[in-house]
Order: sequence, then structure tokens, then C-alpha cells
Amino acid sequence: MTVPPLARYLLRRVVLAAGVLWAAFTVSFVVLYLLPGDPVATMASGGLDGEPVSPAQLAELRARYGLDEPFAVQYLHRLGAALTGDFGASIQNGQDVGVAVAQTLPPTLEIAVLGLGFAIVFGGALALLATYTRARWLRQSLLALPSLAVSLPVFWVGLMLVQIVAFGWRLLPSGGVAGPASAILPAVTLGLTTGALVAQVLAKSLSQALDQPYTTTARAKGADPVAVHLRHALPNAAVPALTVLGYVTGNLLAGTVVVETVFTRPGLGRLTVTAVGAQDIPLVQGIVVFAALVFVVVNLVVDLVHPLLDPRIATGVYA
Amino acid sequence: MTDQPLLQVRDLEVTYRTGGTEVPALRGVSLDIAPGEVVAVVGESGSGKSTLAHAVVGLLAPNASVGAGSVVLGRDELLGRSERALRPIRGRRIGLVPQDPTVSLNPVQRVGRQVAEALRVHGLASRRGARLAAIDLLGRAGLPEPHVRAGQYPHELSGGMRQRVLIAIAIAAGPALLIADEPTSALDATVQKRILDHLEELTRETGTAVLLVTHDLGVAADRADRIAVMSGGLLVEQGPTARILAAPTDPYTRKLLAAAPGLTGAPARVVVPARRAPTEDVDPTAPPLVSVQGLVKDFPLPRSAGRDATQRAVDDVSFDIWRGETLALVGESGSGKSTTARLVLRLADPTAGTVTFDGTDVTRLRGEAWRALRRRAQLVYQNPYASLDPRFTVTEVIAEPLRAFTVGTAAQQRSRAADLVDRVALPVSVLDRRPAELSGGQRQRVAIARALALEPDLVVCDEPVSALDVSVQAQVLDLLAELQAEQRLAYLFISHDLAVVRRIAHRVGVMRDGKLLELAPTEELFAAPREDYTRELLAAVAGSRTRKVEAAS
Amino acid sequence: MTELLVREIATGTGAPPVPVPHPGGRWRRLGRFLLHRPGLVVAVLVVLTVLVAAFAPHVLAPGDPSAGLPAQKLRPPAPGHWFGTDYLGRDIWTRVVHGAALSLQATVVAVAVALVAGGLVGLLAGFVRGWVDEALMRIVDVLMAIPAILLSLALITALGYGTLNVAIAVGVASVANFARVMRSETLRIRQSVYVEAARAVGTRWYVTLRRHVLPNAAGPIAVLAVLEFGLAILAISSLSFLGFGAPPPAPEWGSLIAEGRNYLATSWWLCAMPGLTIAATVLSVNRISRALDGEWAAAR
Repeated sequence: MTVPPLARYLLRRVVLAAGVLWAAFTVSFVVLYLLPGDPVATMASGGLDGEPVSPAQLAELRARYGLDEPFAVQYLHRLGAALTGDFGASIQNGQDVGVAVAQTLPPTLEIAVLGLGFAIVFGGALALLATYTRARWLRQSLLALPSLAVSLPVFWVGLMLVQIVAFGWRLLPSGGVAGPASAILPAVTLGLTTGALVAQVLAKSLSQALDQPYTTTARAKGADPVAVHLRHALPNAAVPALTVLGYVTGNLLAGTVVVETVFTRPGLGRLTVTAVGAQDIPLVQGIVVFAALVFVVVNLVVDLVHPLLDPRIATGVYA
Repeated sequence: MTDQPLLQVRDLEVTYRTGGTEVPALRGVSLDIAPGEVVAVVGESGSGKSTLAHAVVGLLAPNASVGAGSVVLGRDELLGRSERALRPIRGRRIGLVPQDPTVSLNPVQRVGRQVAEALRVHGLASRRGARLAAIDLLGRAGLPEPHVRAGQYPHELSGGMRQRVLIAIAIAAGPALLIADEPTSALDATVQKRILDHLEELTRETGTAVLLVTHDLGVAADRADRIAVMSGGLLVEQGPTARILAAPTDPYTRKLLAAAPGLTGAPARVVVPARRAPTEDVDPTAPPLVSVQGLVKDFPLPRSAGRDATQRAVDDVSFDIWRGETLALVGESGSGKSTTARLVLRLADPTAGTVTFDGTDVTRLRGEAWRALRRRAQLVYQNPYASLDPRFTVTEVIAEPLRAFTVGTAAQQRSRAADLVDRVALPVSVLDRRPAELSGGQRQRVAIARALALEPDLVVCDEPVSALDVSVQAQVLDLLAELQAEQRLAYLFISHDLAVVRRIAHRVGVMRDGKLLELAPTEELFAAPREDYTRELLAAVAGSRTRKVEAAS
Repeated sequence: MTELLVREIATGTGAPPVPVPHPGGRWRRLGRFLLHRPGLVVAVLVVLTVLVAAFAPHVLAPGDPSAGLPAQKLRPPAPGHWFGTDYLGRDIWTRVVHGAALSLQATVVAVAVALVAGGLVGLLAGFVRGWVDEALMRIVDVLMAIPAILLSLALITALGYGTLNVAIAVGVASVANFARVMRSETLRIRQSVYVEAARAVGTRWYVTLRRHVLPNAAGPIAVLAVLEFGLAILAISSLSFLGFGAPPPAPEWGSLIAEGRNYLATSWWLCAMPGLTIAATVLSVNRISRALDGEWAAAR
């Protein structure tokens, strides 16, 4: 009763976030260890098309990875280890999963952050312009862009950019990690879908806000149209757009799986593809939980920003 | 009045474009407003009154287009101006008090800043000066502790307070004309009266002219110097208030006057001749049909209000209803009247108390026994738009209760539905229509037919006419009274509208904060209310002021 | 009295009653609706072509998708081979047409898995409420927290490669979307006044579910299903591109692009043509989904 609403709101979010992480671990455990298919056999053969392994070796491996224990014991064992940051070792090369993820993170982070920036600028500008303009044709064509962008296969967009910008115009490198220039094409490819989503949501909530009676009140005061747009509509429209941004940031990370393959960049995305190809179960689980962690942290930040944008959240008008 | 009108509207035509078709909203409207004059524009929904108000300030919806006419303020033509050219007019020369205060303030901006903006955009104050002026304006609009309110967000203020903020915004730049578009219809009656009183005081003081748009003839009669009546996009009649009320020339005005319940001098002007006194139809020696004893309902509050905090929505309410009788419960929103109705029907579980139905205790019924009660107690909802499944035809809607209890074959159910449609005076052709194809009044008749399908003893009517236009209200009320006379139905009638209640009820109970304050025969309650709160409610009925004036003269 | 009532009906004080459409009117209205939306007509034609390609590929491309003429390899688009030929001299148009069946089958499986599983979860959560709702929605939250493509990849890790496994993996990854929409629809309809009115006239809960909740929820779910269909095409082609789908000789759309990748610098059409096909299909599906989502109702 003495806890202020804002602190209660934040506490609730943190507890929920921890719950989501635990559940992500559990879901990936269920998917990877309980589904049909013998993880040890595939582990030992190093993938689906390796040599068969003798039963004695299998038993030895089972014991080594603790796979001969009942699932409940395995689960608790692994969960306990995961809490200390230990997700086991990659079965491809025995490298610690945490180390493997950390090592491949920097090039991925580079394009993810750049891509996010591109998405916000591109999506935001598109939405503001489309809702501000009075020219019907301009509005229609601007609003058609996002739905076009989300209909394109990401890997194909990447390939076409390589074909045109790198091979055709010879403006930027087609792949690899050679300086900042090599990050531009991957970042644009990665941010295109996210930017389109931001544009769609922001344009929708902007035009909703502009239909609200409070914008009529502002106009009836004699306020400047630009001021009505930026000072009255945008702060109200920003909340849903920010929520969507929080949700799709996780997809931005996942998008690197495809983008890094297209642009042959050694990063977390490439690591994921290799791990799936080799049925490297511990590594795949580590990556899934890491992605959930990123999702949870980003959404926690979004939740922290929300009360600053909308005072109704801070005072608990919303549950 | 001076010769030169402040506002001169001539032959104004506005059409709306919806789905490829052009719908005329204003069909050549002319209206003058003199400086300092209060003109009320009255009409039902869709009459074009709001369109007129918005056309004057150039704030029409994007799908509206002005066909012809002129709007002259002082010496300046307003029509055809660009958004930019309208800016020095809006706020500075014409202020707008919008319809619904709960959504008309920017929810993420402090109210002081929103008031200050009205000064800042016209360069009438510096940043600091505007802040202080805003506090002063909020005070003038009648907000208590204006310096505290200025720092608050809209959601921290009540509906009435928000409307005062909007009034502060409208008067900020000292406009010569104030347009008030249904300024209080979203508010409770007592709040409504206080706000209108204050608005009147402010505008008289400064000599501001007011264009008051309202659906409520009572409000117009109380406040306006002149009344203009609109219907179907035309201005059918205008003239001094007293003349319009005393000698209306247009048939539509007469119909509107006849239907406005509070304005007719004679008490209980009911269509059913000689409204039965409770003693005639109702047999008080017989046991009551419904008996409610010590009913209590607590709702849990959101956890943020503290552990196990509850709110008492209904607090120790007791009453009886006899066959053939209408008992009305009146009160403002949040008084617990709707919750009481739901408890009587057992659509909600009471926290304490008992509900006896025809001698049987039904307070704790469950399962099939609960379902059996549905055959004898039915409900007509407030909103006929929401209470009918949009995918059902009228036949399916009315036959649904018969289906639920497998009364008769499918063919028999259909023919019964046809009978019922006839009973509520709808043409047979509606049977295959869907709710969206019917008018509000027709829908409510369908809902009544559904409630009657199982021949219940009790029908609970939860604000059955509040979503309908005034003239339709009267017809639905008359239908209810007729059906009651035919079948000795008992009604529990929930309403916030005393005028409606006066027309239909035998006895009236007044509720406030979950308590039943007083319960008396209708005429007794209206003639000699015992509680202060009842008197306050009666005083707030729009049109009562006019009646007093008439009585005095 | 009766006179008064009849007058109300005659004048129709509220919204004027919509005339009941006569038999021919419906089609004429559909025609007018489409006439104002040429984009939608094109979208419907594209989807119809794709369906023909999936069920009767020989109508559109009589040739053999795996037979190539090495002499004609890497020809740019021209009459005769209007999508060009690949590095073995196979006609790309033929390969794209014959690949439609595989891509579409996988998409249908994916959407069906998501629709059935998600729909049931959402219906259960929305109708039963209480702790069941809480538990199911927490699981859905978690599925939302793991990016769809990663969830699919985890499932592929466990299930192995192949078109069917990819389809199931994509379907499971979008269960959460269906569950959320179905739940919110169920909740909305459940709390609607007409459902309470049905209960108040004594209708049993399962009848209410069948007669009120399901029919009213069907619209939004159908719109979502069409939308997810487009997303599933994209997801499946991405996974095929990464090499987890159909093995190489099969002309699945994603693998066609992957094959063409090596010739990107010299022969752009190998990637561009299958990619444009995917884009056109998804764009058309999304356009139709938007038309279903209210445009038609709004235009009435």
C-alpha cells in the first residue's frame, strides 16, 4: 500500500521479465531435448549425415552430457547451470556456449544497431510525412511503401542490393566485415522490414490521434497545423509505435540469421545457421535464450520509457 | 440588439461523402447571431446541428464539403479560407466548447499548458505570462484551486472539471462568439446544471454571444434568447424562446415540444389514458412478485488500492414489486441502480441479502434452476445497438429464447416470432433483416419482443430509451405501458432521466452511492420530495426553469 | 396510438433502413467494388495464377522443370524463356511454376497448424478465463519473446530437415499470433451485451459459443489467416534459402534463389525472377487480406 504506483509498475515488469526468461529456457528445453529424435546420436555423428557411432560410444556420450538421467533431473541440472550463465559446451568444437555467443556478437550488434536507427528514421519520417501531407496521391503512395516492403523476402532484398549497389554501381562492398562501409547494406536490409512496421503503426496511430476530439480542441484554439501534428498528435501516437518497436527488435536480431548469410558476415546469425546445421543442441538453446534475453531487456526499457510519454501509465489508470 | 449581426450564416449547404454517395447534412441554412445574444440550435441526432456549429469554425470532418453559402463574422467571410487563414479567427474571435470533455483534452499534456497554448498561439502572452494567465482563467472557469489543477493531467480531473478546463480554453483569447456543441450532454444532470449556470454567468459578464447546440429542448428553453429548430438539414423554425415554446408554428417543433418530457406543464402526460393509480391494477394485498431484502454488492477494487479493498456498489437495498406495477430506480451514473437490476435478475451474485421471486428464494440459484428463472424474468438493455447479435436476423433474435428452452418446433418458433413482431408494432418485413438494417427505435422493439417471447412475469428495463431520440423515446415508453396493461407485467425500470420515469412509473426509488434514499409513489415524489438530494435532482431537470417562469407569470 | 407507431416506421427516425439487396444487386455491387480497385483485381489474378500453378503446373508450363539444354544455359529473359534459363539451361519460368506446388503445400500446412492450434488455445483461454487463461497466455507471451525464425530453427534442429518439418516449424512459430487474436475476439464477444443477452434468455453456454462466439470471431480470424499465409510464404522461403527445406533438385522458390546466388554478378535473373514471384504472391495475398478486413464491409 505504501509502494508508489510507478515503483509497483516497474517491479511487476521486472518479475514478468524474469518469468519470460525462465519460460524461454523451458520451452527451448522441451523443444530441443524432449521432441522425438535422439540428440546423442545426432550429436555424436556431428549432424544428420555423419557416420554411425557404436552403442558403447553412445552410452559414454550420454553419461558425459547427463542424458542418461530422467528428464526432470536433466532439466533442473541444466536450469541450475543456466542460472550461473553456463549453457554447456558446443558439441561441434567443445567451446563454451556463452563464449561462442559473446565472440560472434560484435559484428551482429553493429548491423542491428545501425538497422534499428535506419528503421526509426525511415519509418518515422514516412509516417509523419504521410499523415501531414494534404495531397491525396502523395499520402496514398507513401502509405503503400510499408506494405510493399513487408511483402519482400528479406534475403532477396539483400541479394538485389548486392547485385545493384555492390556489383552494378560498385559503391559498397558486397559482404564481409571490412570497415563501416560493409555494414551499410546489411543494416539497410535488416532495418527495412522493421522500419516498414514502425511506419505502418505510427501512421495509423497518428491518424487516429488526429481524429481525436483533442486535436479539434487544439485546432479550435487557432494552433499551427505543424504544432498540432508534433505537439498534440505525435506524443499520443508514440506509445503504440514504441510498443511495436520493442516487439520487433527481437526480430531484428533474428533477421541477422538471413542477412549475415546473404552478406557472408561472421556473426551470431551465421553461428546460428551453423549450429542448426550441425544439430548443436546446447548452442541452439543458448542462442534462443539469449534472443529472449534481448527481447526482455528491450521491452523493459520500453516499459521504462512509457510512463515518461503517457502520465496515465505512471498513476496506474491502466492496470 | 444592434443592427449589424455578429455572425451571419446564409444559405449554407454541406454534404458528407460516405462510400461513394453524397449525403446532404445542411440544405441551405441561414442564421444570424447578434453581439451578446444566446442562440440555441435544437434538433435530434442527424439533424445537422453539429455540422452547422463546425462549419462556422471550419472544423468539419475531412469527408465533408461546403457546397454553397456564406458565413460572415463581423465583416469577414470565413468560408473558403485556408487552414492558415482561419487561425486568427479560431480561438481569438470564435471559441469552441466541444461535446465530450472526457476525450477533448490532450491526455498527455498538463491542463495548464493546454490553456496557455490558447493565448500563446495568438501572441497574447509571453511563456511566463501565459502560465499565470492560464491559472487565472481556470479560476474564472470555476475550478477550485486552479494553481494545483494547472499542473495536473486531464485523467486526474472529473468530467465536470475537464469541461471547465475546456471552457477556460474557449474564453482564453476573449472571443466575441462562443460555440458550445452539446457542452454538457456527457455529464450528470446536477453537474450539467452547475456548468451551464457558470457558462451563462461568464458570457453575460463579458457580453459574449453564444451559439448553443443541443438535443435537449429543455436546456435550450432555459438558456437561450432565441431558439432555432433543425430537422433533416433544414432550419424549420426560429424565433424568440418564449414564442417558440408558447406558439410553435412548424409541426416538427410541435412534435419535439410534445415529446420533451420535462417541458410539458401537465404532470405525467401519458398517452395511455388515465394512468392507473397503483391501487387500480396492482393488488397490494397479494404477495409481491419480487421481494428484495437488504441487498448488498461489493466489487473488489484494483489491487493498487490496497489488499482486499472493495467498493460497495449496492448498500442495503430493499423493495417489493407487485404484478402489473412499474417500479423505477433513478440516480446518476455510479449510484448502483444498474447493479441492483442485475442482482434482481441474478445476472450477478449479491454479497448479502435475499431476492425472492414469486415466493421462492432465488438468491443462490445455480445451474438448471438458475436457467429456469430466465423463463420468468427478462431484461431489456440500454443499448439496442449492442444487445442484438449483428449476424442474427430479427427472427433468429426473437426465437433465441424459445430455442434455448425448446419451446415448439422450429416452424412454431418462427410463427411465434412473427406474432411478437406484430405485438411490438413492427411490420412483418423486418423478420428477415439484420439489426444493422433497422433504426434505433426498431431495434429496441425487437429487443422488447425477445424479452416477451417466453411470457415472463418480470421485465427489467435498464435505461431502455436513453440511447434513442426523444420522439422515439415516447413511442417506446407507450409500447411498454400498453404491453404492461395487456399482460399484467411487472417492470423494474432503471433510468437517470426523471422526466422519462415520471411518464412510466407507478413508484419511484431514488438511489445514490448504492443506497436507496427514498421510495414513494411517483406523484408524491415529484410533488413533495423528502430528501434534499431528490430535490436537487428534480431542480436539475432541464426545462424546469421555464416552467417556473410560466407558473409565476 | 397505432397510427403513431406506424408513422415512426414509415419515417424511420434513426438511420434509414437499408433496402434488402435483390439477387442481381450483390454481383453488380461486387463488380463496382472491384472496378474502383484495379490493384485488388490484379492481386486476385496473381493468386489465381499461383493456384493454377500449384494444382495444374502443366497448363502454365508444359516443359520438364529438371530437364535443361546445356547449350542454352544462362540465357537472359527473352521470348521463349521469358524468365531466362539457369546454369544447366533449365527454363526458370517452368521451374518457378512447378515449384509453386511445393511452396504452397508447405504454406498451407504451416497456416493450418497455426490456425488449429492457436485457435483452440485462444478459444479456451478466452472462454474459460481464470487461471487457464493466465497459464495459456503466459506460454503465448514466451512464444512471442522468442523471434519466430529462431523458434522455427530450434524446431528444425529437433525435427530435422525437409519441407514438411520446415512447414510445421513455421506453423508452430505463428501459433501465438492466432492464439492472441482468437482470445481477444472471444473475450470481446463474450463480454458483448448480446452474449449476455443470450445468457439472460436462458441459452446454454455451449450453444452461445457455437451460435454467437464462433461466427462472430470467424471474420477477424480469416483475415489473420490470409495475412499469415503471406508471412508463411516468406518464412518458408527464408528457411529454404538457408538450406533447411527441400533438397537441391526440387524447384522450391527459396531454394531457387539460393541456387541462383552464385551467378548474381553475371546473371541477375536467376535470383530476381523467383524473388519477384514470391514478392508478387505475398503482396497480392496481403492486398486481399486488407480487402477482407473491412474494406468490403465499409464500401457497402
